[in-house]
Amino acid sequence: MDKPERSPHPSGDNRFKLLDRTITRHHGAGNALIEVLHSAQEIFGFLADDVLLYVAQALKRPQSQVYGVATFYNFFRLKPAGKHTVVVCTGTACYVKGASELQHALEKRCGCKFGETSKDGEVSLMQARCIGSCGLAPVAVLDEEVGAKLTAAKLLERVEAWLGGGKGAAVGGASAQETRETREEAAP
Amino acid sequence: MTVEELGEIGDKERARQAKLEKRVLWCSAAGCVSCGGHKTRDALKKAVKQAGLEGKTEVVGTGCMGLCGRGPLVKVAPDETLYANVDEAAATRIVAEHVAQGAVVEDFRVDTTAPFFTAQKKIVLEDCGRIDAMRVEEYVAVGGYSALARAVCELTPEEVVEEIRKAGLRGRGGAGYPTGLKWAIAQKARAAQKYVVCNADEGDPGAFMDRSVLEGDPHRVLEGMAIAGYAIGASQGYIYVRAEYPLAIERLRLAIKQAEKLGLLGTRILDSGFDFRIDLRMGAGAFVCGEETALLRSIEGRRGRPRPRPPYPSEAGLYGLPTVINNVETLANVAPILTRGAAWFSSIGTAKSAGTKVFALAGKIRNTGLIEVPMGIPLRTIIYDIGGGPPEGAEFKAAQTGGPSGGCIPSQHLDLPVDYESLATVGSIMGSGGLIVMDSTSDMVDVAKFFMEFSMEESCGKCVPCRVGTKHLHTLLEKLAAGEGTAEDLALLEEMCVMVKETSLCGLGQAAPNPVLSTLRFFRGEYERRLQPSEHFQAGGGPERAGS
Amino acid sequence: MAIVTLTIDGLAVSGRDDETLLSIARQHGVEIPTLCHLDGLTDVGACRLCLLEVEGSTRLLPACTAKPVEGMVVHTSTPKLQRYRRMIIEMLASEGNHHCAVCVSHEHCELQRLAGSVGLQSVRVPYLYPDKKLDATHPLFVMDHNRCVLCTRCVRVCHEVEGAHTWDVGFRGIKSEIVAGLRVPWGDVESCTSCGKCVSVCPTGALFAKGATVAAMEKRTAFVKYLVTARRSKEWVGDILEEGDE
Repeated sequence: MDKPERSPHPSGDNRFKLLDRTITRHHGAGNALIEVLHSAQEIFGFLADDVLLYVAQALKRPQSQVYGVATFYNFFRLKPAGKHTVVVCTGTACYVKGASELQHALEKRCGCKFGETSKDGEVSLMQARCIGSCGLAPVAVLDEEVGAKLTAAKLLERVEAWLGGGKGAAVGGASAQETRETREEAAP
Repeated sequence: MTVEELGEIGDKERARQAKLEKRVLWCSAAGCVSCGGHKTRDALKKAVKQAGLEGKTEVVGTGCMGLCGRGPLVKVAPDETLYANVDEAAATRIVAEHVAQGAVVEDFRVDTTAPFFTAQKKIVLEDCGRIDAMRVEEYVAVGGYSALARAVCELTPEEVVEEIRKAGLRGRGGAGYPTGLKWAIAQKARAAQKYVVCNADEGDPGAFMDRSVLEGDPHRVLEGMAIAGYAIGASQGYIYVRAEYPLAIERLRLAIKQAEKLGLLGTRILDSGFDFRIDLRMGAGAFVCGEETALLRSIEGRRGRPRPRPPYPSEAGLYGLPTVINNVETLANVAPILTRGAAWFSSIGTAKSAGTKVFALAGKIRNTGLIEVPMGIPLRTIIYDIGGGPPEGAEFKAAQTGGPSGGCIPSQHLDLPVDYESLATVGSIMGSGGLIVMDSTSDMVDVAKFFMEFSMEESCGKCVPCRVGTKHLHTLLEKLAAGEGTAEDLALLEEMCVMVKETSLCGLGQAAPNPVLSTLRFFRGEYERRLQPSEHFQAGGGPERAGS
Repeated sequence: MAIVTLTIDGLAVSGRDDETLLSIARQHGVEIPTLCHLDGLTDVGACRLCLLEVEGSTRLLPACTAKPVEGMVVHTSTPKLQRYRRMIIEMLASEGNHHCAVCVSHEHCELQRLAGSVGLQSVRVPYLYPDKKLDATHPLFVMDHNRCVLCTRCVRVCHEVEGAHTWDVGFRGIKSEIVAGLRVPWGDVESCTSCGKCVSVCPTGALFAKGATVAAMEKRTAFVKYLVTARRSKEWVGDILEEGDE
């Protein structure tokens, strides 16, 4: 706690300098916490403990408050995402047109629930409340690309193509992710 | 920038457009882009180049054109011919035949004399699908920022508030609180700093009205905010926008930059003494932040937990200072009211609900898309004339409005006028504008469970009735939907619904039971049909067990 | 500031218009059940036990934050309010893992006392049996999340009175949980001063002193108002050692 405020991150990781830009733009103001967390997630992919700690110190906010904010909002992730992401829209229009079937099929195939990443780190399953493409329901976003008027079979075909395509380790994230997940599981 | 210079920008842009023989507009909103809009754009551009029409024709991306279910959409101006399902081949033909030779391509043409178009009344969406959202000049050319000019140069803040009050504009976010009244309270509050906040945290699942306005006509929202700022004496505005809307964020950022450059935002706006800045604040995925006190907490960089009101934000809002919070659609109505007058606005709609309402029409209906209708229009007109009714073989069962805070309106109420008060009489709400049509394949107990799951997951957890009550209500609905519930479970469900509704701290909890209460009111049979005989009945040798 | 007159449960009373209805009612001997409220801490209106009926209003008002209005007619204990209070206690009882017979706060627990006062006989909703942890890493104190009712008194006293802000609320909805630092073991949090204020204000046996046996944990909460008054007004009044204040 006796560190000078805004000391560079001890790891020397240059990405923290990028984060500093956002912090400086907001003059290190505590009320910019959510903006800074957005920026941190964009830079690091997820919000690890050391990132949260760095943000707390830079904005002079209590650690518990930063953790409270990071876990309140759905958009922030405290674990790394998989190599691929499927976002199934669960808005009312998609629900009426059978989005839950898509969800069940995906959960079964990937062996994980929505909001989680498959054990092999390949696919993250997420849901969105509405992506505003109600006319094309049911829809899902597969790595930024929108799949319209989907069926479970059509969706699984796309996922299989990923899984069949290159089984290499996730770029730089595999080991970090393992340690992180072991820790998370040990916590409760 | 003076008012005269603003006029010159508009004149110059209009002259530029007049020199073009044709403008080919393609819908760049989310719906059309999801079904290949970008490929259509590329094909249009390529065809224009090949036909040597560059210089005479421009290809322009616009906001939502409305008929989302039949995208990608393309419009050829100035004759305003609308084309649907325009794939690359169709795009090539449209350029070769219509743009180059003036021959309309009938195969893809949409009949714009159909009720889908004629029964609508566009105020908020009047420029959506007509102008390039990325160019402020186009907004100015259709009269943009003239309302702000009139406000700061000709009217006192009191006169602006009075105009909005007389127009009868009510909040379009769902609750329908009179906007003029809100502004008047904030105007009278004494404080060195006041704020205007635009609520663009559209969270209702199945609603994308605000998104379409932000993406298709962002300057209209900025202008409405600046006028609000002038009216209440605020010099700072915030737009609280969902992080899930990256395109809207990008366009707003660009629009703010453009407006600042032209002196339409910033210091001494249009050479007056009025200063107003707008900054973006990103939401991060919490439906409860649509509640105004939670939204303010979130802008302050904290957990979006609501607090008891009063004090209302108009008196003590952001950082404890007077703050006006209006939703996107509300603010989009402000400039037209100042330009055309309160009398014009209040002549549209009904006596108590003036103006129009934008709806996102979806579900089991032929014409899905974004529509704007005068208030008081019968629900039947929306569903059957504009929406074209349910598709072949399907039968209308209910229309859902208000999302997780609203209710299901059955067929016997199809002639209900769509306004704030009428919808409340059948246990629903206007809501922010999601309108989902359900047919006989929709199981109403499951519908109630779907919305309760949403409310449970979005509950902030602060107050006990909402945090624990929605969890128990969801469990009971799961049990009932699976045919495992008893009459006692149903009675407990109803009792808890009333408790959660009356005792919860904020609108989320207070409205969370609405979908259950509404389906119980109109579709009670669906709940009762699958009840298990209760232990009490069994002991008395009651009816045999119902099949699943 | 002005003096207003109003009626509470048929009693004509007067109070300052910047006081809360709860404060005015208590000054006149009208008891209203509360859980998240604690004299000296900012009110949050979260537990909803203190809701009141006001004639002419369809909304129920929380006594801990609502202000009086001239001529207001308030009812604090109608059959409807009693029914809702019982249901709210049912909600709380089903949410955690409360086993009174083996709890350090048995007989001294505010939740237990409230359940008795509303006449709660049985809980009609299913117990949720959440999978919660017990954190015994602090040298002096223990946090048992199983018994936490999320009243946030600990969070507020730590922030507002001690100034350490060791605690906060993490996650949301039914998954909400009191967290220390970046949700690390309490014993590892550098900001904790081990002052014990959070333990003293906790209405249940969620926070307790290490070594306390069943029914041994009596809480003292009156010190909060004493400290806050002393700091704000430089007046050292009230009984800091008063036992089990209510």
